[in-house]
Amino acid sequence: MMTKDTIQPLQRFQHMYRNDRHLWRLVLMIVLWLLFMAITRFSKFYSMINFQTMAAQFPEFGIMSLGVMLCMITGGIDLSVVGTANLTSILMGFLLLRLTDAAGGLPAFAIPLVFLLAILIGGSLGLFNGLLVSKFHIPPILATMGSGELFTGICLAMTNGNAVSKFSRTYAKTINNRLFDLIPVQLIIFIVMAALIWFLISKTVFGTKIYMLGTNENVAKFSGLNIDSLYLKTYMLSGICAALGGMIMLANYNSARADYGTVYTLQCVLIVVLGGVNPSGGRGRISGVVLAIILLRLLETGLNRFPRISSYYISLIWGGVLILVMVMNYFTEHKKVVFQEPTHPTLQKETTE
Amino acid sequence: MSESLLETVGIYKSFVGVQALKNVSFSMQPGEIHCLAGENGSGKSTLIKVISGVYTPDAGHIEFQGKQYKKISPIDAINNGIQVIYQDFSVFPNLTVMENLAFNNELAEGRRLVNWKRMKSIAEEALSKINVSIDLDAYVGTLSVAEKQMIAISRALMQDARLIIMDEPTTALTKKEVTNLFEIITQLKAQGIATLFVSHKLNEVFEISERFTILRSGEVVASGATSDLDDRKFSFYMTGREFEKRNFKAENVSKNPIFRAEKAGLSNHFSDISFSLRQGEIIGITGLLDSGRTELALSMFGVRPIDKGTFFVDEKPVSIRSPRDAINYDIGYVPEDRLSEGLFLSQSIADNIVISKIDQLTKKAGVLDKEQRSKEVARWVENLAIATPDANNASQTLSGGNQQRIVLAKWLACNPRILVMNGPTVGVDIGSKHDIHGILHDLAKNGIGIIIFSDDLPEVIENCSRILVMKNGTIVTELSPENTDEKMILSYML
Ligand SMILES: Nc1ncnc2c1ncn2[C@@H]1O[C@H](COP(=O)(O)OP(=O)(O)O)[C@@H](O)[C@H]1O
Ligand SMILES: [Mg+2]
Repeated sequence: MMTKDTIQPLQRFQHMYRNDRHLWRLVLMIVLWLLFMAITRFSKFYSMINFQTMAAQFPEFGIMSLGVMLCMITGGIDLSVVGTANLTSILMGFLLLRLTDAAGGLPAFAIPLVFLLAILIGGSLGLFNGLLVSKFHIPPILATMGSGELFTGICLAMTNGNAVSKFSRTYAKTINNRLFDLIPVQLIIFIVMAALIWFLISKTVFGTKIYMLGTNENVAKFSGLNIDSLYLKTYMLSGICAALGGMIMLANYNSARADYGTVYTLQCVLIVVLGGVNPSGGRGRISGVVLAIILLRLLETGLNRFPRISSYYISLIWGGVLILVMVMNYFTEHKKVVFQEPTHPTLQKETTE
Repeated sequence: MSESLLETVGIYKSFVGVQALKNVSFSMQPGEIHCLAGENGSGKSTLIKVISGVYTPDAGHIEFQGKQYKKISPIDAINNGIQVIYQDFSVFPNLTVMENLAFNNELAEGRRLVNWKRMKSIAEEALSKINVSIDLDAYVGTLSVAEKQMIAISRALMQDARLIIMDEPTTALTKKEVTNLFEIITQLKAQGIATLFVSHKLNEVFEISERFTILRSGEVVASGATSDLDDRKFSFYMTGREFEKRNFKAENVSKNPIFRAEKAGLSNHFSDISFSLRQGEIIGITGLLDSGRTELALSMFGVRPIDKGTFFVDEKPVSIRSPRDAINYDIGYVPEDRLSEGLFLSQSIADNIVISKIDQLTKKAGVLDKEQRSKEVARWVENLAIATPDANNASQTLSGGNQQRIVLAKWLACNPRILVMNGPTVGVDIGSKHDIHGILHDLAKNGIGIIIFSDDLPEVIENCSRILVMKNGTIVTELSPENTDEKMILSYML
C-alpha cells in the first residue's frame, strides 16, 4: 500500500511539471540543441571563448526583453525599446566625446556618470510612454510604436544618420572586461537587472499589482489600484532596461547610431512570448524569459557554426521556433477545456468542491 | 393516463471521479411545461445531454412515446422531435438572421443554389410561429442575447419540435426579456409543444411550470406538480438544508448618519437624490434597470462621480471622484458584475482577497510580507467559509456563491465602515445566498452601514431596515419592510 507520504512527492512533482510545463519545454529545447551541437560541431561550439562571446552579446537585447516582459505582464507592450536604447547611447556617446581628453582617456567619474544619466534618460523616455498609455489611453502598441519612431527620428536629426564614435576606447574596454577573467561585465549588468526585476515582480506589492492589472484593468480599478501610477512605473522600468541595453550596445560596437539593433524590437517580443508571458497580460515569469533569451542566443550562435546556412535563414528559423512553441501552448492550454460544456461567457463555471 | 412524450428510467452517468446522474427517472407529457431545477453541478446539463443523445448513459434507458432506446444518437432525438437550445444557442454569428433560419432547410433539401426569395419566406414563417419580428438582414452576431435565443427557438420549431429543451435560458436575460420568453413558451404549449427548461430560480419555476423535477447531486429529490411546491420546500429540495426566515432588524443604530447624500445628481441618470445611512442599518435601494440605481451605486464608489449635490461622510462633505477616494473614506463596493468588475478570474483566490489591502501587508519598501498575507487569506477563507482546498487555486474554479464570498472578503479585509452592495447575490446559489445575508446582518450589528442595491425584491424586504424605491432617476418613496410586500414595491417601481 502506498502511504500518504509516498504519494505526496510524486503529486508535487506532477504539480510542478504542470505549472512549469512551459519552462520544462524550453529547458528541453536547450538541452536538445546543446546535444545536437555536441554531436555535429563539438570543437567549434564548445569553447570557453565562444560561451564568453555569447554571454557578452545577449545582454543587449536580453535586458530590453526584460522591460518588454514587464509591459506585457500589464497587458501592454513596449515597441520603443530600440529607439530608447539608441537615443540614450547617442546622447551618452556625445557626452563621452566631450569627456575624452587629448590623450584619449576618460576621467574616473565618466563611466558611473554616463550610466547614471542613461538610467535617468531611459526612465524619462519610459515615463513618456507611460503617460501616453495611462493618461491619454492610447493603446500601448500604438503609443510605443509612435514614440519609438519619434526617438529614432530625434537620433537621426542629431546625427544625420552618422555614427557617433571616436570617443575614448576606455569605455568599451571597461565594459568588455571580464570579472576574474571569466564573466563578461555585460553579463553582470544583465544578471543584476534580472535579479532586480525578479525581486520586484515576485516579492513586492508592485509585482502582485501589475499581474492583477494585466489580468483585468477594470477589476483593478474597482479594487482601488492606482492604475496610472502602475503603468507609469512599468513603462519607466522598461525605459531604464532599454537604456541599459543601449549602453551595452555602445560598448559592444564602440559607437552609437540611429539604426543599430533595429531587429531587436521584434526579437524582444518574440523572446517574451516564447518565454511564456501571456500577450494579453496577467501571466508570465522571468525564468521563462531568461531561458528564451539563452535559447535564442544558442540557436543563433550554433547556426553560425554552419557556414553553409546563410545568416539570411536565421529569421526563418526563429519564426519557425516561435510558431511551434505557440502552437504547442495552444494545445496544452486547450486540452483542459475540451471536455467542458459550451457555456455562455457571462455564466460562471461550475464548481468542483 | 396518456402515453408519455418522454420518460427516462433509472439513468446513471458518471465522469472520471464524478457520479453526475444516479438513478434518474422522470417523465413528461405532451405539451407540458416542465422545470428542471437544481444547484450548480447537480447534473441538469448532463441529463439534458443524455436525453438529446450527446451522452450515452452508463445504465438505464429512455423512452420516446413508449418506444425504448438503450442508446440514442442525436439524430434519433431530433427525429423524435427533441430540440435542445444550449446556453450558447449554437447560432452562426456571421450569418444574417435569414440565413441562420433557412440554412438547415436548404441543406436538408439538398439545394445547391440559394434562392433568396424562398429563404426569406421560410425565415418569415419561422419567426411568425413565435410572433416575433427581427430584422431578417441583421447579422446574428449583432443581436442581443434574447434575440439570438428567439432565433434558436424558431429554428428548432422549423424542425417539427415536440419538445424544446432550454438549458438555463434566463441567465443572461433582463426581466422584460424573461417575460417575453415565458409568453412564447405558453404559446408553444397551445400548439402542443412541450418545454423542459432548466432554472434554479424559484420565481421562474413558480411562474411558468406545471410540473417540476429537482436534482441534487445527480439524484431526483422531488418531482411533481408545481402547485404543491412552496418557497421553503424548494430551498430544502435544492440544498438539503432548512432555512429559517430571518428578517433583518436594525439594532444599535447610530444617531448621526455615517453617509449622507444631499440633492446628489448625475446628468442623464439621476437627480435630486437625498438619503442618509446610519451605522447598524441596512438600507435597500431598488428600481428597474433604467431607474438610475446602478449609476447611483457607482457614484457612491467614485466610478461615476456625481456632478450635482454633495455626499457627506460623518457629516463632512466629501468629494468622491475615484474608487481610491471612496476607499479612503472607508467605503467598500461589491460590484454588480462579478466577472468584469469584481474578480481577477484567472488569479488566485488569495490574491483576490488581499489585493485591495495589499499595501498594508508589507514589511518595508513595498516588500510583501508573505506570512501576514497568508494569515489574512486564511482568516477570510475561514470567516466566510469559502469552500476551497487551496487558496492558491484560480478563483474561476469556484462556484458563483464562493466567488461572491471572495469579493466580499476583499472588502471586509479593508475594514470598511460603509459597504455598498450592488446586487449582493446575483447568480449565487440558494445556500450561499442565505449565508451571505447572514454575514450582512452580522456586519450591520457590528456597526457597519450597508446599502443594498438590488431588484431582487424578496431579498430587499428580508434584509433591509428601510427600502428606497427609485424610478426615472429619483427616489419616489421610502418604505418600511414590515408593512410592504413585493406588489406594493413594484407599483412604485413601474
Ligand atoms: N464532460 C464532463 N467531464 C467531467 N465531469 C463533468 C462533465 N460534465 C459534467 N461534469 C460533472 O458532472 C456534474 C454535473 O454537471 P452538470 O450536469 O453540468 O451540472 P448542472 O448543469 O446541473 O450545473 C458536475 O460535478 C460536473 O463537474
Ligand atoms: Mg449546467
